[in-house]
Amino acid sequence: MNRQALTYARYEVLRTFRNTRFFIFSLVFPVVLYLLIAGPNRHEKVSGIPLPLYFMTGMAAFGTMMAIVSTGGRIAAERQVGWNRQLRLTPLRPSAYFSAKVLCGYGLAAVSILVLYALGIGFGVHLSARAWLTMTGLILVGLVPFAALGIAVGHLVSTDSMGPAMGGITSLLALLGGVWGPIAEHGFLHDLSQAIPSYWLVQAGKVALEGHAWPMKGWVVIGIWSLVLGRVAAWSYRRDTARA
Amino acid sequence: MLETLPPDGIRLHDLTKAFGPVQAVRGIDLAVAPGEIVALLGPNGAGKSTTVDLLLGLAQPDAGEAAIFGRSPRQAIDEGIVGAMLQSGGLLRELSVRELIAMVGSLFPHALPVQEVLDLCGIGELADRRTHKLSGGESQRVRFALAIVSDPDLLVLDEPTVAMDVGARNAFWTAMRAFAARGKTVLFATHYLEEADAWADRIVLMARGRIVADGATTEIKAKVGRRTVRFTLADADLDRLGALPGVAQAEHHGGSVLLTCSDADAALRALVAAEPTAADFEVRGAGLEAAFLELTADEPEVDQPAPTLDAPEVVR
Repeated sequence: MNRQALTYARYEVLRTFRNTRFFIFSLVFPVVLYLLIAGPNRHEKVSGIPLPLYFMTGMAAFGTMMAIVSTGGRIAAERQVGWNRQLRLTPLRPSAYFSAKVLCGYGLAAVSILVLYALGIGFGVHLSARAWLTMTGLILVGLVPFAALGIAVGHLVSTDSMGPAMGGITSLLALLGGVWGPIAEHGFLHDLSQAIPSYWLVQAGKVALEGHAWPMKGWVVIGIWSLVLGRVAAWSYRRDTARA
Repeated sequence: MLETLPPDGIRLHDLTKAFGPVQAVRGIDLAVAPGEIVALLGPNGAGKSTTVDLLLGLAQPDAGEAAIFGRSPRQAIDEGIVGAMLQSGGLLRELSVRELIAMVGSLFPHALPVQEVLDLCGIGELADRRTHKLSGGESQRVRFALAIVSDPDLLVLDEPTVAMDVGARNAFWTAMRAFAARGKTVLFATHYLEEADAWADRIVLMARGRIVADGATTEIKAKVGRRTVRFTLADADLDRLGALPGVAQAEHHGGSVLLTCSDADAALRALVAAEPTAADFEVRGAGLEAAFLELTADEPEVDQPAPTLDAPEVVR
């Protein structure tokens, strides 16, 4: 990163954490859900995994996914007031702008993860240091396609329809990915959910239980989605700038 | 040797741009010397904003090129030698005015100190206000601050006063003049003849994507500042009326006769003497729209609508 990119990122972080409503909402929702679900069922199991652990990773997947994709809402709002055109009159490169946005998304995601981990430990989640680190690392990698998705949504969806679009996309991805429990143990739906990046976000906790990473399939799915959505994001940006 | 001359502040060469079937800009050639203050004057839809976008590299021309002090638009922006205030544009939220100016300034190689920018724009009292709590006029002044924070040699303003009331306008142009007095080149787009007249040394007239006139402010003002005389007269002889002193054109207009005048006073005197039965005189400024139509009347193209006529804009 060059000097301009760092400066812009610094102000972007400042702005993100100053927007208290945005900040609170991206944190509160997964945390409250986790308390409601894991609190009364702390001795249950889902797919052979203690429920507090399963839902800790489920909510971490959901919360971080929302935090990263919501970057799109901020891009759309800035686009609407013409800030993107203003930035094109400065030496700042688009890549630096998007890096700052993604960095902030990851910052929010990190806060969300830490809060959920703390609650999970409170509900009796026990993991080795290695398992904690593996899980966290996999979540961070698994968020890459969602960062691209956020940038694409920010260029393709107007601020008017951002709310329903964002809510719909994240809810659907969460449901199919098994955030609320496995969608199916086998058959078509099971195969479908395995082809969706949010599934592997949720699986980050499951595989981390033994300190393993994803199987090859997980890496391939995340890799392909990252490439495809990265292309879509780049295309949506170019389309938007050409229209000027 | 030509090469040793300092480059023009702005040089546009055969600039052309179409959006689908609409030819927004049709081959513009323009050179602006360093230190000049130039108004790009024209009605809505004349191609002013597209020209500004092409000059700044915000849009890519279909043909031709734009240069700023001999550099490409992108290079000029990177070096901080061009600053611009676009027609529409909001400010980044969740920052104070001071922070926003400091942030944008820090992106440039040789920015002005924030306090100096605040003073120049007369917005010192807004410095600690959050950007989303500013009024429309206040935001415009902050946007002006963002345009000059890089200490540019060329300042480009696209209809900067559109959302301002009279008081804010005067404050704005005074700030612009103060900055220009540092030896800056300024190009501003406007559709107000009076603004161009008051603040520019030179006016470039645009209509239908072309430059239709270019000259010193007084010269252009005489050209477009025409007036019309309207009256009723039975069996009017248009040829005879058209030949009266000060009359450029005579035509029937509904039940009355309309004279477009280069000198309305002389025309009226001659008219009253020559046609004692003429009555119901009405003298009015022809307005910018009419002047543009006249200047572009010899254009054969009819492939796009003329500037809006049904609701003529009042020239303020």
